[in-house]
Amino acid sequence: MALDTGHVSMQQYVDRERGLISRQIFVNPDLYDIELERVFARCWLFVGFVDQVRKPGDYFVSRMGEESVILTRDRQDQIHVFLNSCRHRGMKVCRYDEGNTPVFTCPYHGWSFGLGGDLVGVPHYKEAYYEELDKSEWGLIEVAQLHIYKGTVWATWDPDAPPFEEYVGDNLLGLGLFLDKEDGSEADMEVLGLYKWVFPANWKFGSENFLGDGYHGTPTHRSVELVGINPAGGRSRMTAGSRKVMEASVSFNISHHGSGRLGLRVAPPDLPFIEEYQDNPVVQEYYRSVYERRKRNMGERWRLSSGNGNIFPNTTQGTRQSICVWHPNGVDSTECWRWYYVDRDAPDEVKDMLRHYYMRYGGPTGLTEEDDMENWNYAHKASKGTIAKRYPYHYAMGLGHEIQSHPALDEFGIKVNGTASLSRPGRKPTEQNQRGAYYFWADLMEADTWDDLRTQGRWP
Amino acid sequence: MVTKEREAALDRMLLEHEVERFFTYESSLLDERLWDEWLELLTEDIRYYMPIMRNVKYGEQERELTQERGGINYFDEGKDILAKRLQQIQTGIHWAEEPLSRIVHMVTNVQITDVREDEGEIRTKCSFLTYRNRVETETDFFVGRRRDTLRRVDGELKICRREVYLAQNVLLAKNITLLF
Repeated sequence: MALDTGHVSMQQYVDRERGLISRQIFVNPDLYDIELERVFARCWLFVGFVDQVRKPGDYFVSRMGEESVILTRDRQDQIHVFLNSCRHRGMKVCRYDEGNTPVFTCPYHGWSFGLGGDLVGVPHYKEAYYEELDKSEWGLIEVAQLHIYKGTVWATWDPDAPPFEEYVGDNLLGLGLFLDKEDGSEADMEVLGLYKWVFPANWKFGSENFLGDGYHGTPTHRSVELVGINPAGGRSRMTAGSRKVMEASVSFNISHHGSGRLGLRVAPPDLPFIEEYQDNPVVQEYYRSVYERRKRNMGERWRLSSGNGNIFPNTTQGTRQSICVWHPNGVDSTECWRWYYVDRDAPDEVKDMLRHYYMRYGGPTGLTEEDDMENWNYAHKASKGTIAKRYPYHYAMGLGHEIQSHPALDEFGIKVNGTASLSRPGRKPTEQNQRGAYYFWADLMEADTWDDLRTQGRWP
Repeated sequence: MVTKEREAALDRMLLEHEVERFFTYESSLLDERLWDEWLELLTEDIRYYMPIMRNVKYGEQERELTQERGGINYFDEGKDILAKRLQQIQTGIHWAEEPLSRIVHMVTNVQITDVREDEGEIRTKCSFLTYRNRVETETDFFVGRRRDTLRRVDGELKICRREVYLAQNVLLAKNITLLF
């Protein structure tokens, strides 16, 4: 039985005129319970990479919202996502992180399920059930929709959720640019591994950081900038070359259907290859070849690239080749799963360089991400109080400066159905994407059906 | 006990004592935030490896640890990055360690598993409990096992390899800003 979420007005939590968002949506346990129903049980969530289930019988135990799910591939090469809970008495049918198996057998009473989720074994089926149990009715609970996009697997529990690509909307372009290989050819990822860790803040803090927060970098990350961890050497967390590309590009934040892209970039046509790995000829030559192949593979579109982003509600892309899911873990807690991957055909030297860079950059031991979590932890803690909750957060940066078109977007025929904000040239962070996400959150929390969003004009 | 055997046993005890004193001293440097002194206890070629421990089926324990030099690990690095971690704390604006945490390292169950006279290396095992308390009430316990290789350099023990096996699957702390 679904929780009766009633018809509570959610618009009270978002002030669109002034760009203010109530702290309640981050700290209120009642809203959190409604959120599990109305956001996490209805939206598209990232489950894992195709690379994690390459062979029939491969499985990876993932998570959707608060719940454990199994990503697997059956003998017919179909990929499935199942709730990891036996239909008989609820026990997890798999408590390993990953592996290969012909069948999932429940440790409790021994019901077993095939790779397609079908109930294939019931102890004492004849003697105790008199063969009256209809096994076809009691297979593992499967997601309502599954979509594979450029090597990534997404799923939703809601049969009525809009198709994945419509759901992602304007940000499909950025998501695709992010997932494709660095040379612009079709995505082919080799997953290096993932971190899983828990931190005491609401899941929205992590999501919004990558969704649209181009403002926190200097104050939050100055210490890592001073120390310098980038693979080309010198100070800073980014290589000088990647910073130059960013600064030379026209850059947009894109917000649509709650998702956001923090930096859809259009590089100038004469952007040269920047040599910065002089100490490592293999890496240097690889990036030179990537630069040239990207032009060949993509034509004029080689100039388009994507920075970080977040697909509503909680799937982050970034930093670099990483996908991270901010799993809700109670209103006051997030369980973060951060995967890293590399382009499969990159040379070993490049993969190793990137692997080391990723490990010292992000995750619980990353010199950059450690400081983010400190801020989210204590921002959350200091927002829970009776007095604190009376005062909304300020999200008005760039309010009223959104655009619908721009020559750099027009040049590539990029249409904006949501909103865009120009974030470069110069440095103009904007909170457009966060506003967009929380306005959409309020709309979705209120809407009984996806059609309601459409008829109310809230699904542009 | 004949004298020769007794001497060998005494030598071993002295070595065990030296190794235990070394770990005690090393822990105190970290607890007392004497990071530069701690770095001096590492050889230039140190490998510091801390894998993630996975849940695997019985019989597949060889997959239990994420791989050094291949997978995503908590740490899989050398002295340069270890030094950067400690340097970051000393910027005074590394918010995850500003204000500084109160950290206590405890090392116990120390064993010498191998002595390689030719390489001057001593392989050891121990268990650790590292306590971290920060800001007001935030508290973490890190419990696990360690395998260290010590090398004698100019008569002094130095750490040339450290493997840290934290007994957790999902990391229960929000970060690991400390070193084990």
